[in-house]
Amino acid sequence: MSGRVLVGVKRVIDYAVKIRVKPDHSGVVTEGVKHSMNPFCEIAVEEAVKMKEKKLIKEVVVVSCGPQQVQETIRTALAMGADRGIHVEVLAKDYESLGPLQVSKIMAALAKKEEAQLIILGKQAIDGDCNQTGQMTAALLDWSQGTFASEVTLEGGQVKVVREIDGGLETIKINTPAVLTADLRLNTPRYATLPNIMKAKKKKIANVKPVDLGVELTSKLEVLRVDEPPQRQAGVKVETVDDLVGKLKEAGRI
Amino acid sequence: MGTSHCAAYPELACGCSVHTTIEANSLGTRIIEVVYNASNNELVRTKTLVKNCIVLVDSLPFRQWYEAHYATPMGRKKGAKLNRCAGPVYPDGKPFLQIKTMFFKKALRAGVQTGLRLQSSNAAASTKATPKTSLGFSFELTDQQKEFQELARRFAREEIVPVAPAYDKSGEYPFPVIKRAWELGLMNSHIGEDYGGMGLSIFDACLITEELAYGCTGVQTAIEANSLGQMPVIIAGNEAQKKNYLGRMTEEPLMCAYCVTEPGAGSDVAGLKTRAVKTGDEYVVNGQKMWITNGGKANWYFLLARTNPDPKCPTSKAFTGFIVDADTPGIQVGRKELNMGQRCSDTRGITFEDVRIPKENVLIGEGAGFKIAMGAFDKTRPPVAAGATGLAQRALDEATNYALERKTFGKVIAEHQAVSFLLAEMALKVELARMAYQRSAWEVDNGRRNTYFASIAKAFAGDIANQVASDAVQVFGGNGFNSDYPVEKLMRDAKIYQIYEGTSQIQRLIIAREHLGKYKK
Repeated sequence: MSGRVLVGVKRVIDYAVKIRVKPDHSGVVTEGVKHSMNPFCEIAVEEAVKMKEKKLIKEVVVVSCGPQQVQETIRTALAMGADRGIHVEVLAKDYESLGPLQVSKIMAALAKKEEAQLIILGKQAIDGDCNQTGQMTAALLDWSQGTFASEVTLEGGQVKVVREIDGGLETIKINTPAVLTADLRLNTPRYATLPNIMKAKKKKIANVKPVDLGVELTSKLEVLRVDEPPQRQAGVKVETVDDLVGKLKEAGRI
Repeated sequence: MGTSHCAAYPELACGCSVHTTIEANSLGTRIIEVVYNASNNELVRTKTLVKNCIVLVDSLPFRQWYEAHYATPMGRKKGAKLNRCAGPVYPDGKPFLQIKTMFFKKALRAGVQTGLRLQSSNAAASTKATPKTSLGFSFELTDQQKEFQELARRFAREEIVPVAPAYDKSGEYPFPVIKRAWELGLMNSHIGEDYGGMGLSIFDACLITEELAYGCTGVQTAIEANSLGQMPVIIAGNEAQKKNYLGRMTEEPLMCAYCVTEPGAGSDVAGLKTRAVKTGDEYVVNGQKMWITNGGKANWYFLLARTNPDPKCPTSKAFTGFIVDADTPGIQVGRKELNMGQRCSDTRGITFEDVRIPKENVLIGEGAGFKIAMGAFDKTRPPVAAGATGLAQRALDEATNYALERKTFGKVIAEHQAVSFLLAEMALKVELARMAYQRSAWEVDNGRRNTYFASIAKAFAGDIANQVASDAVQVFGGNGFNSDYPVEKLMRDAKIYQIYEGTSQIQRLIIAREHLGKYKK
């Protein structure tokens, strides 16, 4: 199978950073905080680049939606081996309400425009944890989907996907075109090497506006309030099993 | 700024223009008209040692023409004159190279700083990389530099930090880590593109070095020794030598070593006893070298030996630099020395017994060795200072994290002023060391003689690395003394920074000499 793969990447707060809620509880603090590519998106890019190296596909196009800063994330993907990038420009104020529905509409429109045969996304973003974009994109395009992929094999016009599910592993075979979402164990993303970082400068990043793709960015969701999780309370030690059962009954747990 | 000579000179790519640049060194200031290709920001640099100036030419074919007719990196060609309008001319008779007087110094200095060499690497630099230079001085990194730094940082924290304690205990050479660094392009950064390298600037190399040193200075020293060994070849090698000895370094992960120090001569390089005697088409070398980093792992050595036995012969003519393959018969590699710190780095004594070196492996010529050996230091001292800064930063981070967790007398120890003041002084020293090495790297990348700044950076960074590491152990208290915690290793590793690459005392000699030299009438 030859052709084009679209990979979506998201710029998120780095996983190692301690998240703080804004004083007005409208969201989390993002100013001056270290951002990097969503770890599952890195795995998605790696999978696409691997396919290209095995000559199973021809071109890897990486897409990101957001304000100017997402270009750094696209550059990182280019340095990992993607061929070109598409930056879907979303103004900072619209970015706050940009959710999986809007992104999947954009991805669907781009997939049609670029005539992609595969879309690979991370299973979820570590900020929203929505786990919706992949599934919605497939639905909008009426394409097959292989989500939570821990192993992907291209076989002719089909894709064999091993999925991580609650009960264990499930293997399915789906037709292309398809949307895949990457789970943790799919691969280990490579470092961009120094020469590749320099080469990435020469790769193109195209700018596109959502309106050009015919996508409306209004969201029907409104964030009312953001709070920190409750502080962990100290536990209580009991001497015997009967005490434990008694305490649990008191608390109404059993 | 300047006129275009493209039409007159067909080999030049379109979009080039003639610029003026200046070079200031202790001999004075010279202004030369040069050619620069502004459209793709590609410059090919040649440095003429004789005048110590920078001549910028914009393409390889042009450089080859220039070197064939005019001057090579090691000096002017015989008969070529760098005089007003007496130099080579374009086919249409227009003079190419003119020396102007120092009249326009100030204006042109600004032009140089804003226009030409702010891009710190030779390869296609980002066009939006020029920082806001309206102030003329900038602390901003280019996007590319930030990416390099990010890569090195990730690599160090994910692949060096976890394995460093084990290598320190066993003393085993960290070849897997080095190989990985080589694969990612983090090594051999000074090798030019013609030989398969990336031709990074010293500044870029320093950024990477600081991050690697943060992980483990033992690993970083093993990597840095490559740069030190290669530097004489980079600055003084001829085409054949560079292709042979630099080319191989980019094709496989090989190591090389800088073989100068002897049991009886460390700081006193002029007191070297290793003798090289010319016999026919070869030199026969006898002597002993000591404390050679990568001594047991090197594929080839840069060797400094005495070729003129006459004690009255001046140092600048008595020594010769050689490239020696490590498998040459007669080379005996000593045992791996057990050192206080940087224990995974391979340090050995090397004995040369009737080792034969072909005359093709002489750098420049007989007697030119001392200058080459010393010239390498101006480019390698900034990275060593960067390494010391990386160690100090690690010590500071470890101590700060500990101070925010450990509680005594009812609060975290960071809230006790004695500890917070200690941390403040550590932070102060780290920031200043960083600025010092960055300045020295920037100076040499801009074509200026940076000896003064390089010595300041190395002396300061070495000294503060020791202080900061020792203070970090203090912050950890009893735990700091224990090998389950990372800081005792840092303290042991830091000591060598006051010794190798020029002891702290030698650095002070150099700084004093350079400083007083500015004041002498």
